[in-house]
Amino acid sequence: MPKDNGIGASPKRREDVRFLTGRGRYVDDIKLQNQCFAVFARSQVAHGIIKSIDTSEAEGMPGVLAVFTGEDFTEVGGNPAGWLIHSRDGEPMKEPKRPVLAHGKVRHVGDAYAAVIAETYEQAVEAAEAIDADIDEQDAIVDMAAALANSDNLVHDEIETNQCFDWGWIEDNRAATDEAIKNAPHVTTLELINNRLIPNAMEPRASTADYNPGTGHYTLYTTSQNPHLTRLLISAFVMGIPENKLTIIAPDVGGGFGSKIFHYGEEALVLAASKKLGRPVRWTASRWESFLTDAHGRDHRTTIELATDKEGNFLAFRTSTLANVGAYLSNFSTVTPTILHGTVIAGNYTVPLTYVNVKAVFTNTAPVDAYRGAGRPEATFSVERVIDKCARELGIDPIEIRRKNFIKKEQFPFLTAAGLEYDSGDYHALMDKLEEMADFDGFEARKAESAKRGLLRGLGINTYVEACGLAPSNLAGILGSRVGLYESATVRVNATGNISVMTGSHSHGQGHETVFPQIVADMLGMSADDIDIVHGDTSKIPFGMGTYGSRSMAVGGSAIVRATEKIIEKATKIAAHMMEAGDGDIEFNDGVFSVVGTDKTVTFPEVAFKAYIPHDYPIDKLEPGLEETAFYDPGNFTYPSGAYACEVEIDPDTGKVTICSFSAADDVGNVINPMIVEGQIQGGLGQGIGQALVENCVYDENGQLLSGSYMDYTMPRADDMPFFNVDQSCLTPCTHNPLGAKGCGEAGAIGSPPTVINAVVDALSHLGVTHVDMPASPARVWAAIQAAK
Amino acid sequence: MSSVSMTVNGKSVTGEVEDRTLLSTFLREDLHLTGTHIGCDTSQCGACTVHVNGKAVKGCTMLALEAEGADVRTIEGMANDDGSLGVIQAAFQEHHGLQCGFCTPGMVMAADELLKNNSNPSETEIRKYLSGNICRCTGYHNIIKSIQAAAAQLG
Repeated sequence: MPKDNGIGASPKRREDVRFLTGRGRYVDDIKLQNQCFAVFARSQVAHGIIKSIDTSEAEGMPGVLAVFTGEDFTEVGGNPAGWLIHSRDGEPMKEPKRPVLAHGKVRHVGDAYAAVIAETYEQAVEAAEAIDADIDEQDAIVDMAAALANSDNLVHDEIETNQCFDWGWIEDNRAATDEAIKNAPHVTTLELINNRLIPNAMEPRASTADYNPGTGHYTLYTTSQNPHLTRLLISAFVMGIPENKLTIIAPDVGGGFGSKIFHYGEEALVLAASKKLGRPVRWTASRWESFLTDAHGRDHRTTIELATDKEGNFLAFRTSTLANVGAYLSNFSTVTPTILHGTVIAGNYTVPLTYVNVKAVFTNTAPVDAYRGAGRPEATFSVERVIDKCARELGIDPIEIRRKNFIKKEQFPFLTAAGLEYDSGDYHALMDKLEEMADFDGFEARKAESAKRGLLRGLGINTYVEACGLAPSNLAGILGSRVGLYESATVRVNATGNISVMTGSHSHGQGHETVFPQIVADMLGMSADDIDIVHGDTSKIPFGMGTYGSRSMAVGGSAIVRATEKIIEKATKIAAHMMEAGDGDIEFNDGVFSVVGTDKTVTFPEVAFKAYIPHDYPIDKLEPGLEETAFYDPGNFTYPSGAYACEVEIDPDTGKVTICSFSAADDVGNVINPMIVEGQIQGGLGQGIGQALVENCVYDENGQLLSGSYMDYTMPRADDMPFFNVDQSCLTPCTHNPLGAKGCGEAGAIGSPPTVINAVVDALSHLGVTHVDMPASPARVWAAIQAAK
Repeated sequence: MSSVSMTVNGKSVTGEVEDRTLLSTFLREDLHLTGTHIGCDTSQCGACTVHVNGKAVKGCTMLALEAEGADVRTIEGMANDDGSLGVIQAAFQEHHGLQCGFCTPGMVMAADELLKNNSNPSETEIRKYLSGNICRCTGYHNIIKSIQAAAAQLG
């Protein structure tokens, strides 16, 4: 049995008390003395040449302190892409500059071309509206295929194409894959759209900069999932502010889902404005700005082919994808549709050949980047949809065709056709568990009962495997990463025996303040109540790569383990001195050091005290103090997996899809806090079901965002969701990190969209429907039913 | 600027506001009650839900001046007198009904009104009632569980 608050326990979350009493401290809650406000002037057209910007009226308005345009930032650097991707011909991707404020051209609706700083928010809004920008509207480039076909109308004139790259994975497998598909007894082809989504963290982005002219030091409070990465981008690429002169604080952050990984121009603007004025400058996005300017997600158009023999053994997957990167390259926009997508295209299967081709396309739309799952949902949707279609074509049960092709438990570690070595997993066990959870045997009876009510019932199943816990730095470097992907932790044992843990991971809902102390408490045999987590402040934490890619526990948690091991190692030496024994004779159990074979003991707090009051201390061998730092760089990605089932009812008269049940068996590796893991899975399921049934980002042909508010972009509501039946009992530990943890943050969002659509298609298959694009809205489902009649 | 007075969490407060100042802005910027959150600009996310004269109201749908003389309660006024969490707040913690915490104040304020009007709501009634409160983290599962648990405890 786990201790009340050690590994495996589910203590109540300590952060909840402040959130439940209104004592959270989000960026917009921070009010600094003498603050002023920034408001941006944003393009109302998708594509236009900036002929002139007249700021004179705005500058004379009440309360206005400064007005900035793109001209003010021509000397600073562009906001870079974090990964360099090469095209199939070896050419590096096209990297047009992404400026702080639009200069020369505006490239999407919402592209900021000027900013006003004023005493009050209202004054800044009014002055921003008074800026007179003469923008010569150009034809908008919205459709990806048209963008590639037309080299006369370019998002970025200087790169002479709308194509960012044409990537192949694995290029050496291309010919063999083509050959296998050409000669295969059966080939199933499916064209599908992975619908564009808007992340919609409930807290809008916000940034407040505070420059101190007396010290030359900048402090930026910002909504970030990774404050050190943001500092690195601002320091090394965009502004040139030395890292030692820039503190970034990401306090309580109200959700991220990827959209707050990235550095945005607003952060640079408020820093520059604060320096110019010598005052704190505060900016908070309105929701309409979030819709227009947060990095969006997904937006793939894919053709996938699955070659099989007559018995349904997989011979090859081949995909061809157009991936929208929007108007500018956001920081992870080039790795998301490539490495994070192509390397998992083999799914859970022993398929011997895979080949992925991705053409990334610039358009006059908001930047597109990593969103919960980032590339892996796109791969999983393609693979699992085409498998379902193939099973139907071959008359094989969709569960059986998957089982037939699963990597077997005894085959791990398994090198897939897509080039990753999965360390562990048991996909058959997950499917066994799912069959037990979802009562497949009772489905026909439930279907008959639905039919009596005039409803069409469908059962969808799905399996997934994802690569997360990003990543080994050396592998990431080979693949094009411009940064390392380790995590840091410092464990500081205070003189009185309690502990502060500084972590480079960042919690914006994941519960790190509760779950990380569980690890240290277990290792040191103390109460988690005496351990606090410090995160989100570059001045307090050595370094960090932050939280995304389900990496916090697998990488950040492992760094905490390594630092705590160093603490135990040093404390053991101090204990040996205190008990006049050799280091090798000391045992440490449950917070107590003892000399083997004697009754001599000292407690951990006694050792900590000695480390800080080193009167009688092995000073010739050991430094005083008890604080250790570790940087943990993982040996591999981690590979969570799962098997999901969903039942839907469809009203054929309206096309309305209702989810009747949803079961999810996930293998997330070892679980530190079951309550939090369940919550993460449920949240991911909610977002994935949202993508499958209700959410859709829509631009019209002029590049106007039609789904630009909560009246137009359907967010999943409570009454769109069922209760989820989730299970984490079929676990295979990760073999290469000290916790055996794989990650759970993205799983639900990866596994659920194909599950839902497989169920929808199952319900309609008797009509001849073979595919329904997401979101399976009533209009779309009704149209599919009519078209099939 | 006009003067406005109201009772907030049992205390009399007075402020100077513009005619256009929203109640939610007044609470956050003038009274420093930042537990009331602003999550949208179309009165749909529900993060700014507060109680005005006992009814749940989105604080962004009301001008501060409209609350003249009103009895307003915010998330900061929901704990017990001794500072411990109230029944609904405690249920949210017990059942992991929150993750990032941003929608949470609005959820608690909405749930409080629901349970005052319907002491034993069905799952469907709870889900329908929350149609004006958006959460992006939880998939709503544990929010519904929290409210059911609070309902059971409040009887």
